[in-house]
Amino acid sequence: MSQALVIVAHGSHLNPDSSTPTFDHADTIRASGAFDEVREAFWKEEPSFREVLRTVEADEVYVVPLFVSEGYFTEQVIPRELRLEGWDVEQWDSDGTSASHTTLTATDVAGKTVHYCGPVGTHDAMSDVIVQRAESVTGDPEVGEGFGLAVVGHGTERNENSAKAIHYHTDRIRETGRFDEVEALFMDEEPEVDDVAEFFESDDVVVVPLFIADGFHTQEDIPEDMGITDDYREGYDVPATVDGTNVWYAGAVGTEPLMADVVLERAAEAGANVGNAISRVRAETGGVVGD
Amino acid sequence: MKASLSESLRGAATYARSVVSLVHAGAGLYHERTTWRDLPETRRAFLQWVEGSDERGLGERYAMLVDGGISRTWGQLLVTTRLASDGRRRYDLRHEADADGSLDDLSVYTDPLAARHLATETDDGDYRPLKTAPTLRTGWVFPDLSGEQLVQAVDFFYPATVANWHREQQGDLDVTHWRETAERQTGIYDIVDELSGEQVEWLAESCCVDSQCLKRRQWDEDADTELDVPRGDGEFPCREPCSVVVAAARNWAVLEGETEREYTLTLTPSEKNQLEDIIEAVADGRTDEIREADVYDGANRYRARWLRAKRFDEEGGLAGGDAADDE
Ligand code: SF4
Repeated sequence: MSQALVIVAHGSHLNPDSSTPTFDHADTIRASGAFDEVREAFWKEEPSFREVLRTVEADEVYVVPLFVSEGYFTEQVIPRELRLEGWDVEQWDSDGTSASHTTLTATDVAGKTVHYCGPVGTHDAMSDVIVQRAESVTGDPEVGEGFGLAVVGHGTERNENSAKAIHYHTDRIRETGRFDEVEALFMDEEPEVDDVAEFFESDDVVVVPLFIADGFHTQEDIPEDMGITDDYREGYDVPATVDGTNVWYAGAVGTEPLMADVVLERAAEAGANVGNAISRVRAETGGVVGD
Repeated sequence: MKASLSESLRGAATYARSVVSLVHAGAGLYHERTTWRDLPETRRAFLQWVEGSDERGLGERYAMLVDGGISRTWGQLLVTTRLASDGRRRYDLRHEADADGSLDDLSVYTDPLAARHLATETDDGDYRPLKTAPTLRTGWVFPDLSGEQLVQAVDFFYPATVANWHREQQGDLDVTHWRETAERQTGIYDIVDELSGEQVEWLAESCCVDSQCLKRRQWDEDADTELDVPRGDGEFPCREPCSVVVAAARNWAVLEGETEREYTLTLTPSEKNQLEDIIEAVADGRTDEIREADVYDGANRYRARWLRAKRFDEEGGLAGGDAADDE
């Protein structure tokens, strides 16, 4: 039985960087050799969700959404556009952050089995990626003591699950006790990222947006809202001092190489035979092996 | 005596060459008849197509494969098939505009994955959201791909075109027409189904003709209502309005919701012609070609600046009476 991995992501008509993390993580997984085929597909780029299944030759197809939360895209748009037969969100039996996978067929392609996975953003391993992002931006593999960590989401979106995903990881990381403080902040609702310094006692705060790709929100809005720059075009310092707090702004967590591991874990949980690729990819992308 | 010796040596050399060619072609044919049997059908059909097995007989095809190779274009891609000495096919893939470029002049790539990055921007560095726009950048070559790598690279340049072309060849291309696509949309695209048949014509004329997209449009307003806009001559079909077209349609659905008003503008006949020139130049993507000092072209920058200096009011717009303002 040959198996293919299809990574589905948003993409953009305007910003070429939007698909870069998708390509990068796909390449890491290709190089691991875990799948016979790996293909990227996009809502706004090509191949489209509508046509990607016909481009893969394998009989077993694992579809992993590179989205941060369950919601409009994972529940409506992707299943509809992939033409998943008999899809019902109940099949995920999710509380908003616990979707794992379901097995279906697609009317677009005869004879293929499609394993439709939950989004990467709500997988437990995503907490590790957030922490790894903090390590990358501070250059300190032990970062934690004396530091606060802010996990930032969009807020007030089409559904409440996006905030749930932020709180989910915030709670998980807080429970590890690694950072002095861990808080969830949002762009468009309280508590707002604008006032980041107010929510932390620590002198140093790492700010990690739970976004898949860098773009308008992570490169322009959040840096300006936090006041680490007056004009995003001029860039910002890392760390930058705002109201006496050193803000270490990490940019979109989705660009962290360890994200490839989350994609693999999703597919493996859905039944893909990935051999020891998970530990190899974790080792390669800086994650903890055998975790 | 001498002459006849050299003649027979030449004859022997030609004969030997033709024997070598024959063995070479034989190895190629053997390869085609054995290894290709196990290839997935779509891939095999495409590899046969690129060497024109639909256009020429076996003898001619192998003579060409051994001697110089067979070239065919797929959109702006140029594929040349040759037989390696072991009888396997090797493929050269490049932009058709670089047909005569030597490997020294072009950037040489070996990994098909590079195609994804080559497809991202035009020669001018502009982002290409529509992969089948006729704006593929030039200056690169994959000189030595296997069949599998070729198909992979082509699928990165023009995603899903091989799969859709093959379905069409088999007579089972699943076309989704405008109405069905529009009605399926949700969220901010929910309103695209408000476009009338005439507006869908304009949509296809704006985005889908050959000067804008190399796919051959097979979708219509619906299965019973053909659009008049030319479908295009592309090798590979477009089976459904793409995301670029749906996103554009959304904006037009919003803009077309405005009611028309009458404006009274004062222009000389040349100025009216000039407005038309400017619209034509932008619509045809010709503004870059207009020479700096060619003030005879209505879309020339100096001409446009003159018109702005003369006709714009303090608010930075065309000064003119709006019929609605007088009511
Ligand atoms: S809908 Fe039009 S622009 Fe889009 S791919 Fe098809 S032919 Fe090209």
